[in-house]
Formats: sequence, structure tokens, C-alpha cells
Amino acid sequence: MEKLELLINGKRLDGRAMDELRKISITASPIRNATGSAYIEWGNNKILAAVYGPREALPRHTADPDRAVVKCRYTMAPFSSLEEHGRPGMNRRAIEISKVTKEVFENVILLDLFPGTSIDIFVEVLQSDGGTRAAGITCASVALAASGIPMRDMPYAVSAGKVGETVILDLNKIEDNYSDADMPMAINPRNKEVTLLQMDGELTKDHFKQAVEMILKSGEAITKLQKEALRLPYEKAQERYNR
Amino acid sequence: MNITTMTRQYITERLNNKVREDGRGMLSYRGITIKPGFIPNAEGSAEVNIGHTKIMAGIKIAVGTPMPDKPEEGSMMTAAELLPLAYHKYDAGPPSAEAVELSRVIDRGIRAANVIDMAKLFIEEEKVWSVFVDIYVLNYDGNLFDAGTIGAMAALLTARMPKYEDGKVIREGNLGRLEIINTCASSTFAKIGKTIVLDADANEEDFSDARLTITTDEKYIRAMQKGLGGSFYTSEVEGLIDTSFEKSKELIKRIKEAASGD
Repeated sequence: MEKLELLINGKRLDGRAMDELRKISITASPIRNATGSAYIEWGNNKILAAVYGPREALPRHTADPDRAVVKCRYTMAPFSSLEEHGRPGMNRRAIEISKVTKEVFENVILLDLFPGTSIDIFVEVLQSDGGTRAAGITCASVALAASGIPMRDMPYAVSAGKVGETVILDLNKIEDNYSDADMPMAINPRNKEVTLLQMDGELTKDHFKQAVEMILKSGEAITKLQKEALRLPYEKAQERYNR
Repeated sequence: MNITTMTRQYITERLNNKVREDGRGMLSYRGITIKPGFIPNAEGSAEVNIGHTKIMAGIKIAVGTPMPDKPEEGSMMTAAELLPLAYHKYDAGPPSAEAVELSRVIDRGIRAANVIDMAKLFIEEEKVWSVFVDIYVLNYDGNLFDAGTIGAMAALLTARMPKYEDGKVIREGNLGRLEIINTCASSTFAKIGKTIVLDADANEEDFSDARLTITTDEKYIRAMQKGLGGSFYTSEVEGLIDTSFEKSKELIKRIKEAASGD
């Protein structure tokens, strides 16, 4: 593949610094029917997440008598990318992303409280611009919190990568396509546990450490946005009440 | 095996005292055998045993159309089959999420390490060679990720390269080798409670909290994949990166030795 110059005069193509996130905005509870939901705009990514449950696990054999099971379906809309019309529904990439996303939330939900049930998480990517699994997890995390299902932490996810010898945070689509490594990570912010870690490309241990540092640092801002999104509807209600 | 709560408690307690059921060290592999060339009809093949885990990797190379974003390069496809004959929990039917993850993690390591010289697989406009890597699980006893990568590597290293002449694919006779320019290997760790072990067997995998696969070549980390609902601390991952570089070095040597004997 032809190399594209991703860093020019110490800046990235979209003008960001190496450790700078794209603009993120999160809205809690946009979907009325869901137990909990959230909408995120992360750079040019536009993603909806909804949670249904705990509800009866169907088909029955998927139920676990000791705890709730988490099911996740991550899909990309066929019109979501700049390229050609995609196929709707699950492809192999979507199956894998659904699996690793599910595992992030298995880690934090207090599953023992709801034996025999399923908690269903749906992540629908409406527009994609790189980093959709990370944005999807960050969004689904807010949807779960909004649903009131007890969790021991509210995870966030973001990716870091490498261009030449430079480590960068939060790769957009072009950076993802032409970078030398991409590493999405999901973190439980309270104790910095890693619940999702994927990587491909080329990375030394030193690059890995730099990437982790950026990811952990950016987490403070992301967590803050998640909490603000959850608080906003209640603040508005309070305002109305006061009036 | 369906592990009972009591067996689980017993094994976990023993692991806390750094004792594994088969007496291995926490970070050692079971015995590994690599036998390339079991399927002469395939362009490349290898049988890999890690303990009682047995997989067969097969390579077929066919003429295909290039990926739209890489018109002048060949392509590679990796698939993994968890055959129902290999384990009582495997069902026939479309690939499970586990099988999809397995194949994609093996694929990602080999792709990121630039194992195949894709530019050499160009034939003519709209025609390139497609390399199909199929991982067949024949007996499951844990750690399919490392067995799969070893098998794929050994099969690729010994694969012959078909010829394309007058619109026909020639698969027999005097053929050269598929050009391989890098070798990688993976190390898969399982976290059980607070203990981390390398190369978990079926029992250990059955109650693992988290799994981490790190694929490296001799210089770089090429791919990583964390699995299951548990978690790792970044300090743990850093330690495991060191271990996997060590283990990969040894595995890559073993793969090359096995391949050169074929």
C-alpha cells in the first residue's frame, strides 16, 4: 500500500496533538423503548447503543441458572462508511467485536443478581470513522448505567496506535488505514483493569507503555463526559421542578 | 470435561500454590510436535500437537481477484473449524464466535508480521493468488491460538507455489516454494484467579477468568488479543510481553527446524 504522510510539522492531519482525543459528545437515553440507551458522536463516528434486560434468556438453553448472561450485537449500518454499500448485519468482524464487547461488560455487571436472565446490548454504528468498537463500548457503558443495571465500574474504551516511531491516541479512519499499529483498549477507570485489549501492526514494549499512558490519561476526560451525559437529564428535570 | 465446583476449587487452590495438575511450571509449554507435509494434496500442511491438543493446518493457493483497496497484491484468508469430532462441546453448524475469534487472531498475527510477500502474488490485472489458511481442530485440550499459529506458520513455510500458465493453474510437478519473508509465533496466557499460566489445557481454560494472546516476531509485538470476561493490569501485560518474546524465539526456532526437515 502507498504510504500516506500522517504527521506533518508535528501535527496530525486533522490538526490534533499526538495525545489529543477527537471531539466527543454523549447523550443518555435517546431510545425510549430500551431499558437504557445512549448516543455518542466521537469525531465523525455516530453510534447508538441500547440495553434491554435483565429479561428472560431466550432461547432457553442460553440461560445460566447462577447468573445473568450478557449478549452483545455490534453491527454497522450498510451506509455507515465512505466506501461502498456494506452488507447489513453480522459479518466475521462484527462477530468478533460483539464478542470482545460482551466480555468487557461481563466484567463489570453484577451478574449474580439476575440468575437465568439475559442482558442484551445492541451497538449500531450509523456512521463510522475509525475506532468504532472503542466508541461503541464507551457509549454502551453509558446505556448500561442509564438502564440502572448495577455495575462495579463504568468502562471506557479508546485506541492508541503508532505512526513511524510516534505513538498517537484515538486514530481516525485514515490514521487507522495507514498507521503502523492500532491498539484499542477498554479500561475500568476505578482500578485501571484492562478488559479489552487488541492490537495489530508492529509495536515494541516501549511503544506499548507510551500507548497505555496516553489511554489511561485520556480516560479521565472520557469518564467525565460519560458522567455528565448521565447527569444531564436529571439536572434538567430538577430545573423544571424548581421553576 | 465439565468441571465441578469442587474440582475447580481444588485446582485453583493448587494454582495459588504454584502447582499445575500436570506438574508444569506456570510459564512452560506442554510438549510440542510440529509435522509438516501430512496432506500432500494441499499446497502446504502441518499437524501440530501441544499436549493433547491436535490441529491440522492446510494451505490452498488459488487464483482470485484482488481486494479493491490493494489491486496489486495477493490475498490471504484464514478460517478455523472447531470440528464436532474434536470435543463434546463443539457442534456442527456455522462458525461460533469462538471459531471466528480464533481464526481472526491467527490471521491478524500472520498478516501484521508480513509473513507472506503479498506483492509477489500478483499475476495480472484483476488476477492475483489467494492463499487460504484453514485450521482444523482435531482434538481439543486448550490453547488453540498458539497451536493454530504454529500450524499456519509451518504449513506456509513448506507450501509450494502453483504456476499460472495459459489460463491454467498448475499444482503439480516442479514447483517452487511460496515466498515467506517473516516468521511469527504467539504465546497465550490464561489468568485464573490471580495466577497467570502459559499454555492452559482444557481444564484450566474451562475456568480461566481472562486470556491474553501475544503474537511476536523476533523484533516486534505483531498482534494482541485479550479474551474472556476477566481483566489484566497493564503491569501484568508488560511482563507477559517479555515472556512472549522469549517463548516466540524458541517457537520460531522449532517451526523453522520442522519446516526445513520437510
